[in-house]
Amino acid sequence: MKRLVCMLLWLGLAGLVQAAPENGNGDGKLFDPVASVVMSPRCINCHQAEAPRQKDSGVMHAQQVVRGKDGHGSAVLHCAACHQSSNTAQGKVPGAPNWHLAPLSMRWQGLDKPAVCRQMRDPARNGNRKSGEQVIEHMKTDPLVLWAWQPGASRTTPALSHEEFIRVLQQWADAGMPCPD
Amino acid sequence: MISVNINGKPVAVQAEADTPLLWVLRDELQLSGTKFGCGMALCGACTIHVDGQPARACVMPVSAAVGKKITTIEAVGATPVGKRVQQAWAEIDVPQCGYCQSGQIMAATALLRAIPEPTDKDIDQAMAGNICRCGTYPRIRAAIHKAAGQA
Repeated sequence: MKRLVCMLLWLGLAGLVQAAPENGNGDGKLFDPVASVVMSPRCINCHQAEAPRQKDSGVMHAQQVVRGKDGHGSAVLHCAACHQSSNTAQGKVPGAPNWHLAPLSMRWQGLDKPAVCRQMRDPARNGNRKSGEQVIEHMKTDPLVLWAWQPGASRTTPALSHEEFIRVLQQWADAGMPCPD
Repeated sequence: MISVNINGKPVAVQAEADTPLLWVLRDELQLSGTKFGCGMALCGACTIHVDGQPARACVMPVSAAVGKKITTIEAVGATPVGKRVQQAWAEIDVPQCGYCQSGQIMAATALLRAIPEPTDKDIDQAMAGNICRCGTYPRIRAAIHKAAGQA
């Protein structure tokens, strides 16, 4: 009987351990402040499938701009036709080095918060970033990420400062990148 | 002084690094075929080629042109594709007021170099950033097909 209880307990624990990666090891609420940034228009407008979006309302990009074969626009209308390495026209035309859409594998179009969370920790869908530290490195250094806090003209910025964003990302990563249900 | 290559010739210009290339072309070099439309890369009137790719000169700092080959409407006719496009434009009599047409021809030439026989969808994706207030779009489309030998 004791052996049976032990075995049932062990099986139960094994089940918990197996289930853990699905939601991470900690509190899924830790992703909420991260989501407040990564699901802002400045980020999500270019984490799209076939075409970027614009403005806080996420309208389709004017000029029928499309992803193209490598995320840099159609064969003849490249992102760089208008987007320079920094904001131009008094900030009205946004710019940063190598302006382009996020890779197709990293699209967030149509995803809710838990799905974006699961994608951000999945190396197959996060740019092959295998650890929380590598995800944080992207957020710390990628010029297109950093542009979100210097978007020019009257564009809104993410809900948190970049410094605060990195702090909450670190908390989320330290907890094992848990995702909300 | 900033050195840039315009239409195959190196030129030195007096300009601040962030001066839009369009001002340098029009005011410093008197290449006024490239037009000012909106100043915000929304209309395409100022389209030039940067290493063969269309770009909007109104938002391109002259410093970004250093080390690149810039081609304007004044020289695009010297290329085989550019010449074909201009001939098709003339035969179909595409322009009405004409203000946007330098940009249209630059965009169309780049399109036909990249995609020699474009579909209507290719044309839409390549040309949608070049606005024509007179609405000459049907003639632009026809002229592109003609220059491609499709009509």
